[in-house]
Amino acid sequence: MNNTKEHIYSILAEVTDPEIPVLTILDLGIVRDVICTQDNEIEIIITPTYSGCPAMDAIAFDIKLKMVEAGFTHVKITYTLSPAWTTDWMTASGKQKLNEYGIAPPINASSRMNKLLFDEDEHIPCPHCGSTHTKLLSEFGSTACKALHQCMDCKEPFDYFKCH
Amino acid sequence: MKNENLIKGVLHIADTALILGQRNAAWCAHGPILEQDIAITNITLDLIGQARNFYQYAALLINEADNKNETEDTLAFLRNERDFKNLLICELPNGDWAQTILRQFFFSSFQQLMYQEMIKSSDSQIAAIAAKSIKETNYHVKWSSEWVIRLGDGTDESNQRMKNAIEYLWQYTGEFFIASEYEIIDVAALKNQWLEKVKSIFDEAMLTMPENTFMQTGGKTGVHTEHLGFVLPEMQSLQRNFPGAEW
Repeated sequence: MNNTKEHIYSILAEVTDPEIPVLTILDLGIVRDVICTQDNEIEIIITPTYSGCPAMDAIAFDIKLKMVEAGFTHVKITYTLSPAWTTDWMTASGKQKLNEYGIAPPINASSRMNKLLFDEDEHIPCPHCGSTHTKLLSEFGSTACKALHQCMDCKEPFDYFKCH
Repeated sequence: MKNENLIKGVLHIADTALILGQRNAAWCAHGPILEQDIAITNITLDLIGQARNFYQYAALLINEADNKNETEDTLAFLRNERDFKNLLICELPNGDWAQTILRQFFFSSFQQLMYQEMIKSSDSQIAAIAAKSIKETNYHVKWSSEWVIRLGDGTDESNQRMKNAIEYLWQYTGEFFIASEYEIIDVAALKNQWLEKVKSIFDEAMLTMPENTFMQTGGKTGVHTEHLGFVLPEMQSLQRNFPGAEW
């Protein structure tokens, strides 16, 4: 059986985030390592986006399912917390897919954390019309990883995958 | 027992996050407007996630030391009131929005300082959970600070409600800095930074720092207010009635 890292990663590339199905877990940067042990066990090390992200259990289940489909029955999922996940790890293609899906991708990631009070995080490009004339409605959105913004030109509200 | 103080210290932090999460969760579908309902419940989700990480670590340490089969669920759902070591401020009723906001601001500002210290811990798991959690807490501090200012420097009514909240909650803030025998970090050393932070926000919010210095204590040793006795049965009822139930 082909247990090279490359092959395992190609299987993991088919596992998507249950809440944002256009993103794979590789796009999100939550797969930290893959280890193939001598007795043919595959250990997949993943890290949560947010401490309370309810998608993690579903993701671990989906990984096992995909691995079994590919013929790997000895699969161990290990969670790691360090280093802490950051939106800096999201791939460029992941960001592009997010935008096409209607969610504005994180900009400049971790450098934009620790903002001043009442900083409205302006100029996040609207994923619908591209305008940068937008404003923050709420820093907490429909899932832990998103904030709610609104475009002042096309008037549409939109989710922004916030920096973390 | 091996690591006895470390286990207590981890449980104290886990219990504190869980009980505040449980309290805040009651705002779900009751927030003043939809966006803020979602905000407070997102904060709840972060707190419960942080609690889970600490409970998982506590379970690992207990099982190592005592050959038991504790899990995050048994620690959260099958311990009694006197075993819980959460800060008293977390178990208090939500009150109105002002009281909920002020509690979150007091607590998140403290938690941010606490995590900053824990990141430096020689215990790598403590450091890892703290480094993960503080990114979430930074958002909580910003959000609750803004709301303290918005309400304090808002209408006569919102200002009065903030004053009432301060009158009620201030006496529960001293417990942050009074060390127990098992403390993971030097909490007393955080007091001045916390007071400076609160003062800077209160100044902008047209609120004054209270002068009363009497402080309630007891949470860290399991001596709670009458309120925790009502929080736990609701939170634990499912596991008590259907032991081992899973979603």
